[in-house]
Amino acid sequence: MPGQSAAKAHKQYAVSKLTEQVFSWGRYPKIAHQHVHKPAWNDQVPGILTTAATGSLLPHGLGRSYGDSCLNDTRELIDCKRLNRILAFDETSGMIRCEGGVSLSDIIDVFLPKGWFLPVTPGTRFVTVGGALANDVHGKNHHRAGTFGVHVRQIALHRSNDGLVICNSEQNADMLRATIGGLGLTGVMAWADIQLKRVAGPWIDAESVPFESLNSFLDLSRESDGRFEYTVAWLDCFAGKNARGIFFRGDHSDEAGCEIRRNHGPKLPCALPGWMLNRYAVKAFNAAYYNIHSARQGVSVVPYDSFFYPLDSIRQWNLLYGRKGFLQYQCVIPENNVEAVGELLERIARSGMGSFLGVLKQFGFSPPAGMLSFPRPGITIALDFAMRGERTLKLMQSLDEVVQQSGGALYPAKDARMSPSMFETSFPRWRAFVPYIDPKMSSSFWRRVTGGR
Amino acid sequence: MATTTTVTSPRSSASNASDLSGSSLKKIVVLGATSGIALEVQRQLAERGCELLLIARSFQRLAELQADLHIRGAQKVLAYAADLASVEHHASIFGFVRETFPDFDTVLLAYGSMQDQKESEASIDVLLEEIQVNFVSASAILTLFAADLEQRHTGCIAAITSVAGDRGRRSNYVYGSTKGALSLFLQGLRSRLHPAGVRVITIKPGPTRTAMTDHMPNAPRFADPEQVAHDIVRALERRSPDVLYTPKIWRYIMTAVDHIPEGIFKRLSF
Repeated sequence: MPGQSAAKAHKQYAVSKLTEQVFSWGRYPKIAHQHVHKPAWNDQVPGILTTAATGSLLPHGLGRSYGDSCLNDTRELIDCKRLNRILAFDETSGMIRCEGGVSLSDIIDVFLPKGWFLPVTPGTRFVTVGGALANDVHGKNHHRAGTFGVHVRQIALHRSNDGLVICNSEQNADMLRATIGGLGLTGVMAWADIQLKRVAGPWIDAESVPFESLNSFLDLSRESDGRFEYTVAWLDCFAGKNARGIFFRGDHSDEAGCEIRRNHGPKLPCALPGWMLNRYAVKAFNAAYYNIHSARQGVSVVPYDSFFYPLDSIRQWNLLYGRKGFLQYQCVIPENNVEAVGELLERIARSGMGSFLGVLKQFGFSPPAGMLSFPRPGITIALDFAMRGERTLKLMQSLDEVVQQSGGALYPAKDARMSPSMFETSFPRWRAFVPYIDPKMSSSFWRRVTGGR
Repeated sequence: MATTTTVTSPRSSASNASDLSGSSLKKIVVLGATSGIALEVQRQLAERGCELLLIARSFQRLAELQADLHIRGAQKVLAYAADLASVEHHASIFGFVRETFPDFDTVLLAYGSMQDQKESEASIDVLLEEIQVNFVSASAILTLFAADLEQRHTGCIAAITSVAGDRGRRSNYVYGSTKGALSLFLQGLRSRLHPAGVRVITIKPGPTRTAMTDHMPNAPRFADPEQVAHDIVRALERRSPDVLYTPKIWRYIMTAVDHIPEGIFKRLSF
């Protein structure tokens, strides 16, 4: 990279092989990149931006986006994992400043012992702060706390044309709103100020309640959202319209706990053969999961990591789905169209391709923090599907019809295949975002859904 | 040249760092604090609540590191910005250490340079620069620290060399010879300081995934710096070994490599 003009580099790459294979979490699509920059210091980022060709770069964190929103087919990535320093911490207010590559896991390890926790956390701790902001992630407390972006008070953004840009509610407020949920396209995050939240300790008072229909889920959800900080439901997606599942709800416990030693748990060493996760195995898993949890229903005090991050306990669980990878489908259905959720479940059950991790959650009513934020009032549902080629894509298209008719939306962080028209339905105002895109940035996802450069 | 100092408040009792009071691992000077392996070592030392004095070229980068390591649990983080590669700066560097961190007990030398082998064959300047950074300056600065520790009859000198220094290879012999020279220097130093009770550890990492090796084609198979740092910190805490291969498998690999007859070895292109 150093001393080499971007244009020259491009020419050279065009004839050479695309060597840098980088996977997203779904391991689909499989995409090759020309080059992956790995800056270790913020002072190296401007150099990368200025020498790059237009539309050639995309910041990349821990690659936990499921589809292609964190990939940049045949172009370049800026791997931000080494930009992982915590720059400031105010012990009285709980405000931290950290670089974009710091992981949420790291924040928990450093600050939970000091009595501070993430204001919003997604279902995995292995995402970077930059990625959490770029996808404006949500968690089990969306109905109370809104999205991650709400708690980011200020950021500094490396932009290729105007240097380091400080964005907060007074200064460049529109750039901040564009960057929240902006899929990394507005620049490379140098650092962010995040307001942490006081907690007594690492424990959660958790409760699980089985439910046997969509309506009882809704009742549970409405009743619980007023009383509990965290709510989410697991769904047996083989049950069709008579959705059954387990409703989880909880609050931070007042118990000041002793430390929890994080153990890394088992790790899948390689991709399992694709046939292993067949419909019978998944169906059996769903039935067993339901029965175990409904037998165990009730209140208990559990460690935060088993409550928030059950899947993190199996490292590389994405390899379960075999070499072809998998797709996740996460949509939101507006509150007034709840029947559409039933229709979705019906279509999935009929296809026989259900996932073993169906998640259901009612979003709150707070206004979106970013221009392209996904959460909006309604029911969100997330499902995994092993990639079985055309069959899987067809099912998802048929789900798209339901979502589109209901006036819902799909989540870019989980997507590898939505059509431009589906994106248009989901984010009708995306064109207002375009002026904020850094001219050097682009992504596979963005080109696919907007036809952009 | 600039200096900064931070003295931290006592860590909260809730901190999960293990207390090392009574252990010898407490006050560490890191030469080359912004190198890839040093970054990981420092982080692990900070979590243990150590005191650190960081030396590297960039004032800005040192300031970022200072904040980070302090928040992660280091009791105290001092920093001094200077170019270790030029021997004329060594007196002032060592002066700062003596003045602000007089009771340091461990020195970790972590800086180094790996130029493209072909370039150092084509350019004498590149060749000499590599030798200057990796061997001349390294042996010079360690000599200053050695005298101090020898006089105090305590402490530990650890330096990162490389498995590449165990045998000269076609593809990497300039870098390898500078690291090999440093390993020999450390071996002699160990013997010299043994009567004074000062430990000398030669750290020989295998290829490690850091900024220094990003350009190398087979980088995905390299060791993680976290793992290498973990081994280094453990070696600093313990009484042994004198020579640390990390990851451990490299001890066996290099034993095998050492036994290849020269007549065959010279034909190998790796």
